[in-house]
Amino acid sequence: MPQTAEAAAPAPIELLAREVASLPGVAGVAVEKGEIVAHAQRDVLVPLMLTLRDDPRFACEQMMDLCGVDWPERPERFDVVYNLLSVSRNHRVRVIVTTDETALVPSVCAIWPVATWWEREAWDLFGILFAGQPDHRRILTDYGFDGHPLRKDFPLTGYVEVRYDDERKAVVYEPVKLTQEFRSFDFVSPWEAITTLPGDEKAHATRAGGAAAKRTE
Amino acid sequence: MDDATSGAAGERLRKTVEIDSHAMNFGPQHPAAHGVLRLVLEMDGEMVARADPHIGLLHRGTEKLIEYKSYMQAVPYFDRLDYVSPMCEEQAFALAVEKLLGIEAPERGKWIRTLFAEITRVLNHLLNITTYALDVGAITPSLWGFEEREKLLEFHEAASGARLHANYYRPGGVAKDLPAGLEEKIAAWAESFPKFIDDLEELLTGNRIWKQRLVDIGVVSPEEALAWGFSGPCLRASGVPWDLRRAQPYEMYHQVEFAVPVGRNGDCYDRYLVRVAEMRESVKIIRQCLAKMKPGPVKIRDHKFAPPPRADMKHSMEALIHHFKLYTEGYHVPEGATYTVVESPKGEFGVYLVADGTNRPYRCKIRPTGFAHLQAIDMMARRHMLADAVAIIGSLDIVFGEIDR
Repeated sequence: MPQTAEAAAPAPIELLAREVASLPGVAGVAVEKGEIVAHAQRDVLVPLMLTLRDDPRFACEQMMDLCGVDWPERPERFDVVYNLLSVSRNHRVRVIVTTDETALVPSVCAIWPVATWWEREAWDLFGILFAGQPDHRRILTDYGFDGHPLRKDFPLTGYVEVRYDDERKAVVYEPVKLTQEFRSFDFVSPWEAITTLPGDEKAHATRAGGAAAKRTE
Repeated sequence: MDDATSGAAGERLRKTVEIDSHAMNFGPQHPAAHGVLRLVLEMDGEMVARADPHIGLLHRGTEKLIEYKSYMQAVPYFDRLDYVSPMCEEQAFALAVEKLLGIEAPERGKWIRTLFAEITRVLNHLLNITTYALDVGAITPSLWGFEEREKLLEFHEAASGARLHANYYRPGGVAKDLPAGLEEKIAAWAESFPKFIDDLEELLTGNRIWKQRLVDIGVVSPEEALAWGFSGPCLRASGVPWDLRRAQPYEMYHQVEFAVPVGRNGDCYDRYLVRVAEMRESVKIIRQCLAKMKPGPVKIRDHKFAPPPRADMKHSMEALIHHFKLYTEGYHVPEGATYTVVESPKGEFGVYLVADGTNRPYRCKIRPTGFAHLQAIDMMARRHMLADAVAIIGSLDIVFGEIDR
């Protein structure tokens, strides 16, 4: 049995992070919980990814995962997260770019063909647009689905429900009817110093060193 | 049809061109589609010219649902992803939450998780190999294999109370300790099981029909396998010696010895051989786990994350409060993000977990293994016969619970 899998020891992670930070188009690199996270600029994504794949220092042959994250309060609400893996050098690099509903993210499907379905998924679930993606169909939701379900402003219950109509002999779509209101409990506890109760500002200020008191003003 | 018109006279010249091309639907209700795969095949005679898989028929919105559940409530959703290897999926989530919380399961808990991850691997490969044989036309292996699977599912049941949807792993350990006598039963099974693998191999490995259907079908080169995001047995069959248990060890894999079987040709037959060899390695790991396991706690003692023992709750007010808080509110996970992976029987199963400091995940992206494999089917099945497309689907070991999520 070949033994190369154990021969490749993980490269010192800080060193690698510094090398990733030196690449053009990288806005910032951090090592979070032992994982390299690089924030990149959207317009230079393709050359950056090419470097990460072809430069022997990084050699990320595989793109294991691409996903969106929605932060609706930000001006550019979506994160597009690429998780890269190098099997020859045994490390992972995470690249994050931001985008919004209309801005185009350059597609990386020419670099890793596997990206096509991940990008279709990000389009389907978040409505993230990719430039240069030849197959921009939906993938997971129903044929003719409307909306992007993983956005934070999309309700968990959705808008339509389906049933089989015996009279029309067909599956029909109807607006969702809930017999009970959807319940979502707020567990942000006032006891854990997240919010300050009225009349409690002074005690809170001494405990949290003024930072929490400022938040309530 | 070609209606070439000669412009001058306007007279229509009729010419019949025979094009033996048609599109056909494979599935979603086809026994060899391994679930609800709808494969639109463009056929050129009996050759596949293009394969376009339509997925999502089993989409249940797992990722959205998890955003509305506490961390503990999210665990059972992972059983329902790859329902053939439930415990490995739970393991990925448990490890991700542990990483964000900065906690670690006690040693016995880790050993139990390693043990059941390997039992799950055998379960998964048994189902894949035997139903694959069924697709290709051999009925006996599945009859034998399901009997053997039943023994393993009894171990699942003894440990967790459920045969299939175990819900056994927890962030911080496992739900409860193994019942008395189970370790001996598993050890006895580990002694007898290699004989079963021999019998199974006798039926298949040298079988002329089996080899005619599998050898040199769906060949994937190492470069292609890497570019298409392959992992697990499919990647190793193409000759890339990559196993997360070896390269990036988690749980107790750094303390057990096992070989990483690697194929050479990257065809369907190699993928089958790699799985058979992996079952043998799993049995070795199971034996080592049983030998090295020592009595001790199976989940973290910190009752902010794991419930207190039932007996304590009868007399300790604090234990009662902990229990109540844990099962209503759950625990708050500090802000952060992690991409945590495990070597599930099908390959790299990853969870990209984003926490925002509340008791619910802000985002939980599940990286299914089969998603990448299924996408490559167009590349693999092109210019193959229709019957070979079935052999290729079987060799990829796809389960729609995880692909559609």
